[in-house]
Amino acid sequence: MESGWAFEGLWIYWAIIALMMTGLYTLIARDNLVKKIIGLNIFQSSAILLYVAFGKVAGGTAPILIEGAPTHGPGAPLYSNPIPHVLMLTAIVVGVATTALALALVVRIQRAYGTVEEDEIVAAELRREIESGHDGGGV
Amino acid sequence: MTEHLPVLIVVTPLLAAPVSLLLRRGDPVRVWSLLVTWATFGGTVALLSQVLDRGTVSYALGGWAPPLGIEYRVGLANGFVLVAVSFVGAVVLTFDTRAGSSRPTRARRYLYYAAYLLCLAGLLGMAVTGDVFNIFVFLEISSLSSYALISMGEQRRALTAAYSYLIMGTIGATFVLLGIGMLYAMTGTLNLADLAVRLPPVAGSRTTVVAFGFLAVGLSIKMAVFPLHQWLPNAYGFAPPKVSAFLAGTATKVSYWVLVRILFTVFGAGFVFGTLHLERFLIPLSLLGMFVGSLAAIYQDDLRRLLAYSSIAQVGYMTLGISLNNPEGLTGGLVHLFNHGITKSGLFLAVACLAYRLGSFRIDGLAGAGRRAPLAAFAFVVGGLSLIGVPGTAGFVSKWYLVLGALERGWWWLAVMILLSSLLAVAYVWRFVEVAYFREPGQLALGQPRFEPPAMLVPTWCLIGAAVVFGFWTDLTVGIVRPAVELLLRGTL
Repeated sequence: MESGWAFEGLWIYWAIIALMMTGLYTLIARDNLVKKIIGLNIFQSSAILLYVAFGKVAGGTAPILIEGAPTHGPGAPLYSNPIPHVLMLTAIVVGVATTALALALVVRIQRAYGTVEEDEIVAAELRREIESGHDGGGV
Repeated sequence: MTEHLPVLIVVTPLLAAPVSLLLRRGDPVRVWSLLVTWATFGGTVALLSQVLDRGTVSYALGGWAPPLGIEYRVGLANGFVLVAVSFVGAVVLTFDTRAGSSRPTRARRYLYYAAYLLCLAGLLGMAVTGDVFNIFVFLEISSLSSYALISMGEQRRALTAAYSYLIMGTIGATFVLLGIGMLYAMTGTLNLADLAVRLPPVAGSRTTVVAFGFLAVGLSIKMAVFPLHQWLPNAYGFAPPKVSAFLAGTATKVSYWVLVRILFTVFGAGFVFGTLHLERFLIPLSLLGMFVGSLAAIYQDDLRRLLAYSSIAQVGYMTLGISLNNPEGLTGGLVHLFNHGITKSGLFLAVACLAYRLGSFRIDGLAGAGRRAPLAAFAFVVGGLSLIGVPGTAGFVSKWYLVLGALERGWWWLAVMILLSSLLAVAYVWRFVEVAYFREPGQLALGQPRFEPPAMLVPTWCLIGAAVVFGFWTDLTVGIVRPAVELLLRGTL
């Protein structure tokens, strides 16, 4: 790979961008509400990978204190940065909560409309508006 | 006790939420959440007076000193935001929809209160914290609970509204997360004050600029800046009225505050306006929001959607305050955060009163409301006047400062635009006045209640009354914000 194109060593960031775009594309292009949630998950994963990627120190080991080894200065073992990883534990929990809530909403949407396809839901609302003679806003 | 106030105001509602899950019964939970929200409001007021006495309060969470530990940092500006948010939160919760047409299902009332408390905790946390990752966590706490709250609306469209808000909101929050990650990658710190010190040497790098972009766009989604506002009309239009009232007065406002804080105290006005020229981008968007939002509001048939579109316009005024980048403009923006918050929440509550009395959220259904429900209809009119910015209402004060800010920059055309867009607000408020006062009341459906209970009218008038009081008496709004803005423009809290 040409070094001018900054691929070598940075390939993980290109992979993250690819993942991010895949997620966003799924969100925009899919009508199925469940598939949208999967797109959202892929999108969130790319953010998580970004943190994990820049927390990695080349040649660094897991940040566990080695007995007897000095903690700083020459001779100290090279550690990866643990903070981004810890932050991502929180982000993963947030992602799980979001997915659970989104799926719960989809279940209720399915019960209310009988479908999880966005275009069919829009059509159902449009039919209702035409029948009731006004926009869907009111009671 | 008082030295722990910064964390107590967040932890109290946060821990109260699971307690209300344990209580399970509707009425005890209601009493409990009222106690908690009013206590939280008291806490924020005490905190603000502490800041007024002794200056900025810094609190090291768990005793871990910043910048390594999480810091809660309260200055004048966010002390003011905290009071505004907890005030609206407490008053709106006091509003009782017992017999209202759009209460959450009775059996699940405790879930509603738990979500409400969580949302309040998240919003207060976003305003109080001095740690950028903490902002993301609280943003998600408040967002997730607000999706749940919105989905409790009685029409099925509340579900799709909550779903699309969830998708948009999560994209926004993930953008914020990406921005935070890039800032951390460049500086190695998450503390806002520490970031401000370490950022300038790397300000020119592309990563910093991209981080700024991600943060600004992510927060703009959450505060519904014009082209990113599509989630808002449906979310506010189909949520239970109390939820719309709460979110309209707090959620977009706190995101606005976070944006202000990050722009001015982390990146600094010099970088944002001097290097990136944010104003070239933000002024057109604010103006579009002001005009498109107001125009769309004129054509709504449902009062809740009318108010929602008007919120998009009002967010335009607030972002205009940022982009003016002078003390008057930013004062206008921050004061508008409070003034518009109380006004819009009061208006949503007034609409809930009208719907309770007349059984309709639609403008055509409100013929003769001025005679049928005089107090609620008049509350809507007064709130409407504050939206327009008539002198003597809170809305006037903030628009006055925005116009001053525009004139100080020498942009008289901008001042004209602010006045013109206010005229559009006259049009949509007039639609209600015409129907409510100049049309004969129609036949009421059988079984409609004869009057609105005080438990609905008192909170409504509490907010609308505040919108009038703060139109005359500005010591508590401008008096606090003005010195805070001087500090913000110098890059400190």
